[in-house]
Amino acid sequence: MSPDSGTNVVWLGSPGFPEAAHTALGDPQLRRNLRKATTTIRDKRLAVTGELDDWEQLREAGAATKRHTLRHLDRYLLRLEDSVTKAGGVVHWAADAAGANRIVTELVRATSAHEVVKVKSMATQEIGLNEALEQAGIRAYETDLAELIVQLGDDRPSHILVPAIHRNRAEIREIFQREMGAWGRPAPDGLTDEPRALAEAARLHLRDKFLRAKVAVSGANFAIAETGTVGVVESEGNGRMCLTLPETLITVMGIEKVLPLWQDLEVFLQLLPRSSTGERMNPYTSTWRGVTPGDGPQAFHLVLLDNGRTATLADTVGRQALACIRCSACLNVCPVYERTGGHAYGSVYPGPIGAILTPQLVGVEHAATLPFASTLCGACYDACPVKINIPEVLTHLRAEVVEAKRAKRRVPGAEALAMKAATAVLASPRRLSVAQKAAALGGRLVSCKDVIGPLPGPLHAWTDARDTPAPPTESFRAWWQRTHPTGADS
Amino acid sequence: MRIALFITCFNDTMFPETGKAVVTVLERLGHTVEFPLAQTCCGQMHFNTGYRPEALPLVRGFAKAFADYDAIVTPSASCAGMVRENHPLLAQQYGDAALRAAVAEGAPRVHEFTELLVDVLGVTDVGAYFPHRVTYHPTCHSLRGLRLGDKPLALLRAVRGIDLVELPAVDSCCGFGGTFALKNAEISTAMLGDKMRNVVSTGADVVCAADNSCLMHIGGGLSRLRTGIGTLHLAEILASTQGDAR
Repeated sequence: MSPDSGTNVVWLGSPGFPEAAHTALGDPQLRRNLRKATTTIRDKRLAVTGELDDWEQLREAGAATKRHTLRHLDRYLLRLEDSVTKAGGVVHWAADAAGANRIVTELVRATSAHEVVKVKSMATQEIGLNEALEQAGIRAYETDLAELIVQLGDDRPSHILVPAIHRNRAEIREIFQREMGAWGRPAPDGLTDEPRALAEAARLHLRDKFLRAKVAVSGANFAIAETGTVGVVESEGNGRMCLTLPETLITVMGIEKVLPLWQDLEVFLQLLPRSSTGERMNPYTSTWRGVTPGDGPQAFHLVLLDNGRTATLADTVGRQALACIRCSACLNVCPVYERTGGHAYGSVYPGPIGAILTPQLVGVEHAATLPFASTLCGACYDACPVKINIPEVLTHLRAEVVEAKRAKRRVPGAEALAMKAATAVLASPRRLSVAQKAAALGGRLVSCKDVIGPLPGPLHAWTDARDTPAPPTESFRAWWQRTHPTGADS
Repeated sequence: MRIALFITCFNDTMFPETGKAVVTVLERLGHTVEFPLAQTCCGQMHFNTGYRPEALPLVRGFAKAFADYDAIVTPSASCAGMVRENHPLLAQQYGDAALRAAVAEGAPRVHEFTELLVDVLGVTDVGAYFPHRVTYHPTCHSLRGLRLGDKPLALLRAVRGIDLVELPAVDSCCGFGGTFALKNAEISTAMLGDKMRNVVSTGADVVCAADNSCLMHIGGGLSRLRTGIGTLHLAEILASTQGDAR
């Protein structure tokens, strides 16, 4: 892993997950927005995945293709480089965020442009490209409606697919009225919070930028090694504007996004829209190969980004996170995400996939609370279109977090001591029996009418919200031994 | 068939009545249940919290305690899942060849209680009587871990006198999650709140499930809010008969 790998994936200064979630949990408006949005998308997804007889086979095919591709990633990436180059594009290799930002900045500078329009892209968010361009005096305009809302609000995205899921329309109207003028065409007078009016305001604001921009920056949903085709899947058509109008197109893509064959799209173009927006087909699918004289951008650059992916690939359990197609179905079904929203994860990748991807990209010690931000309920695994076993990776990463702490501390922490003590008791039936008698006695001392109420000390996290029955005076094993006195165990 | 009861350390200590209920039901069906006293814990808490090496002695102990039985029954979906899925993984990662072999041989013989009844013994009517309004919460390990499907419901539907009502948002997690309830106490509580809201809306007297750990969480909230709604392991409903005063 290079020293800069995974930089910008986590937001500096973010507290751990439990602390960050505290604010979100106490915000009724946010809770309402999230509940409504996630349950709506969840139901739509269930309807359109349920109508396909071969949905499970499609998931299996998607998982198998990703498994195969990741296993031979080196080969497919070289093939992709070759086919993109032959089609008139230029391929750049970026080991980390700083490298990718440097490449993109230099490419933009070479065009003498001072602004770029952007297609919604997780990869460029991951590397903090907008901020890097800003430092080089280049302004990046987000053109996806939700990303525009986030950018104008000086905010952070809280969802992979719908980054402004935490905002309602009244808040969006207020942001548009306050900020649009500073970024370009101001919001129309008398703007209401009707969705149609808000969309029209964004359309007018963005139209100026599309017609003026010389350079566009995009991410990619996939790139085909066989043909050199790169593709973006979207809903609004704003991406299509960016991909076709400017003279220069720069695409930043994680190396795991490559697919072997054009034919593989048959599977992924079914899996992705049904899992992400709950649509049978997304409204806009743009694909391009290198450059075509007289049609679209006349310069095309593909920046292939590692940024911690090769290190992730080396982990035989964790590598399945690289199969992710960024549909966000796991966010929408996650009971934890539904209640905290995305900001609590402190990373550009929130939700269950973020909880397994972020710690791997940045190293578990820099995102130690994320693998624990789950009840292991398994809803994410069931929803994942490429069958990433998220609970399996979560427990795997939990073990890594514990090992990392063990290696760092000379004296074990309270939790490690408790776990060690638990093993000592539980490894012996006799010690367990003694502990049960002690628990029954202790329980009786702190309980009132056989119910344990709020307690001080470390157990308050449990007893603050829940009563607990006092342990019974006779454990099962004690009862068994009393009622089955002859023979050792029957 | 030699059936051994794996009570689980949690039920052993906190909910012995559940173990007695399993014995009652199986004896009523004409089976003899044995209780290997060498048993302790499957190591689920250690494994799920990241303490894998600490779980290994427990994996070893389990394999030894249950080596001689045709079927191992447990009234806990999550512990059954732990043994079947993760004991092989831990044996592979940390164990020797002997442990790997013992686990590979023993783990598939572990059945969650409703699996044993429906799949192994082929029974859905266990002769129970329980004249109360009941709602069933499928715990995540029952639903998405072991894929118990409607086995628990098939058993409950056959209970005489029961008024079984469906729980809204039935497949959402209750928010327990083992040490999650301590590490992320506020989120756990928020999820519990929504689960309780749904339980209350059914008008049920009793919530039942295949895992006492989730039930202790749900029941703890219901008790704190003085809802008057009780929690009961499914086995205890199946053990109830006309003669019981329940």
